Amino acid sequence: MKIKTLTLTAVIALGTSAAFAEEVRVYNWSDYIDEELLKKFEEETGLTLIYDVFDSNELLETKMLAGGSGYDVVVPTGTFLQRQIQAGAFQKLDEAKLSNAGNMWEVIKERTAQYDPDNAYSINYMWGSTGLGVNVNKVKEVLGEDAPLNSMDLILKPENMEKLSQCGVHFLDAPTEIIPMALQYIGEDPDSHDKDVIAKTEPVLMAVRPHIQKFHSSEYINALANGDICVAVGWSGDVLQARDRAAEAENGVEIEYHAFKEGSLMWFDQMAIPVDAPNPEGAHKFLNFIMEGQNMAAASNYVYYANGNKAAQEFLEEGVIGDSAIYPDDATMQNLYTTTPYPAKTQRTVTRLWTKIKSGT
Amino acid sequence: MRRAFLIAVPYLWLLALFLVPFVIVLKISLSDAAIARPPYMPQFDWAEGIWAFLRELDFENFIFLTEDDLYWKAYLSSVRIAVVSTLLTLIVGYPIAYAMGRAPEEWRPTLMMLVILPFWTSFLIRVYAWMGILSNEGVLNQFLLWTGIISAPLTILNTPTAVYIGIVYTYLPFMILPIYAALDRLDGSLIEAAEDLGCSRVQAFWLVTIPLSRPGIIAGCFLVMIPVIGEFVIPSLLGGSGTLMIGKVLWEEFFSNRDWPVASAVAVVLLLILVIPIVLFQRNQQKQAEAEQ
Repeated sequence: MKIKTLTLTAVIALGTSAAFAEEVRVYNWSDYIDEELLKKFEEETGLTLIYDVFDSNELLETKMLAGGSGYDVVVPTGTFLQRQIQAGAFQKLDEAKLSNAGNMWEVIKERTAQYDPDNAYSINYMWGSTGLGVNVNKVKEVLGEDAPLNSMDLILKPENMEKLSQCGVHFLDAPTEIIPMALQYIGEDPDSHDKDVIAKTEPVLMAVRPHIQKFHSSEYINALANGDICVAVGWSGDVLQARDRAAEAENGVEIEYHAFKEGSLMWFDQMAIPVDAPNPEGAHKFLNFIMEGQNMAAASNYVYYANGNKAAQEFLEEGVIGDSAIYPDDATMQNLYTTTPYPAKTQRTVTRLWTKIKSGT
Repeated sequence: MRRAFLIAVPYLWLLALFLVPFVIVLKISLSDAAIARPPYMPQFDWAEGIWAFLRELDFENFIFLTEDDLYWKAYLSSVRIAVVSTLLTLIVGYPIAYAMGRAPEEWRPTLMMLVILPFWTSFLIRVYAWMGILSNEGVLNQFLLWTGIISAPLTILNTPTAVYIGIVYTYLPFMILPIYAALDRLDGSLIEAAEDLGCSRVQAFWLVTIPLSRPGIIAGCFLVMIPVIGEFVIPSLLGGSGTLMIGKVLWEEFFSNRDWPVASAVAVVLLLILVIPIVLFQRNQQKQAEAEQ
């Protein structure tokens, strides 16, 4: 998939090889768009689109803080966006150039305003939750029919993990998601910034660490779909993409996504324009294109993430808007929590703890 | 005049590509992390002048490195991995270089070409290829299962073994080429003389060939060991999360902690770790050379 994206980018770059054509450079998460949209954007605007992908907020943030990334549109998650705005990494959006701004969904705008006050710097691209991707048959084979498929017990109880290690478990390589999860599990505030409280997650995660095959934030899509692993702590839409790839391959692998019944982290990926974007004009055109209901719906229909666009909802497939794993019902929505960015000292504690957990020493 | 110019070239090179970047890194290592762009303070401001700027610098970050054992463990583990893989590369590389040196004259350019050939493919792609070879469903395991040597796939990928395989594979040419260069120059009549004077072939090898190829061995070891200590790509692609190396720690400081000052301090210490033994060695060599004269 990623390779497909890269080849496509190359093809686009070569195809419209008018060297002087105006370029827009977009840096988005891997497996996060319907590539048809990229072509459509080029056809509609006559601009050349350079589309690159990443799989970690940390990587993006370093590029933003170093400056001169050369990108016109980037997609950080809310918590990271907030700190990058403080550091002066983004420019304010020019409402006059965004004729589709009225399409955005108030419900989501209210929530993203906690990271980006008045949504002055960013628009919501997609949002989702962090939960469990399970290969239903394999997990039931290992743990029995009453395996806790929607509970943190599945991946944080050592006796379950010991058995699951036979068929493979991946965790996201994202401390800002896994540590709040462990805090939620032991009944602490998942958004705690207190070092001593955060330290309490160490024994919980260390106890299951030996049974985790890998910490990685994008490999699990294919690994789940191929049946190489049976459980992943991952992002909702990615797991659903794995479900579809398995169904397409007809390999008998059946994947399900479950938010944690104990409560899942809800996150928002926001499109923003770096302060030193070479082509802010083109960046606004891209944002406006994405804010068009039909385009946003096409992206969601393809990657199975909910979006923050009200106008898109009428174009969504029933399997997307009707799936409570994507657009949660009210009860599940109540159960989702959000987090805020760590201050520098806490961040250091978190990273250190994460290094310790990953390396097992 | 011409002489001064000739000397100036390498010094200018050193100044532009080593000293200037080093001073910048050193300066950042004495600053403090901040939510800013770039993420550290103080930034140099012409208006306030250089002294106001220098006063704000301190050694806090270096003190911090001594407080957490992660850094020392990572430095030590990197040095250990570098030493072991240098020895492995030497063991594998010396016989190859020796065979090349003993090969008929007309074959040598071809053999040389074969050693350099892998460089025609991107380093990253070659390391990725090893992932395909070493994984549980990979080529190696499938072959071994097919021959019946093993009955269950071996877990090699994401272990230290995979890291050593990757390093030895990648750095082998850097070991072979200098040793070959030394052996190529070796005067064959010296070995004949040794044998005439009663040495067995093995003795002649130990007493003549090895000492005469020593400069090549030393150059090869440095060329392998120094970059391996700071290696990041191979351990992160082939190694598991259990492989602790300083390159990875440096990455974490930059990308996860966004703490450029501490990251720079780690880099400065790494440089000292590398430079001090080289300088000591150089001194020793010089003294020996003087003693011989």
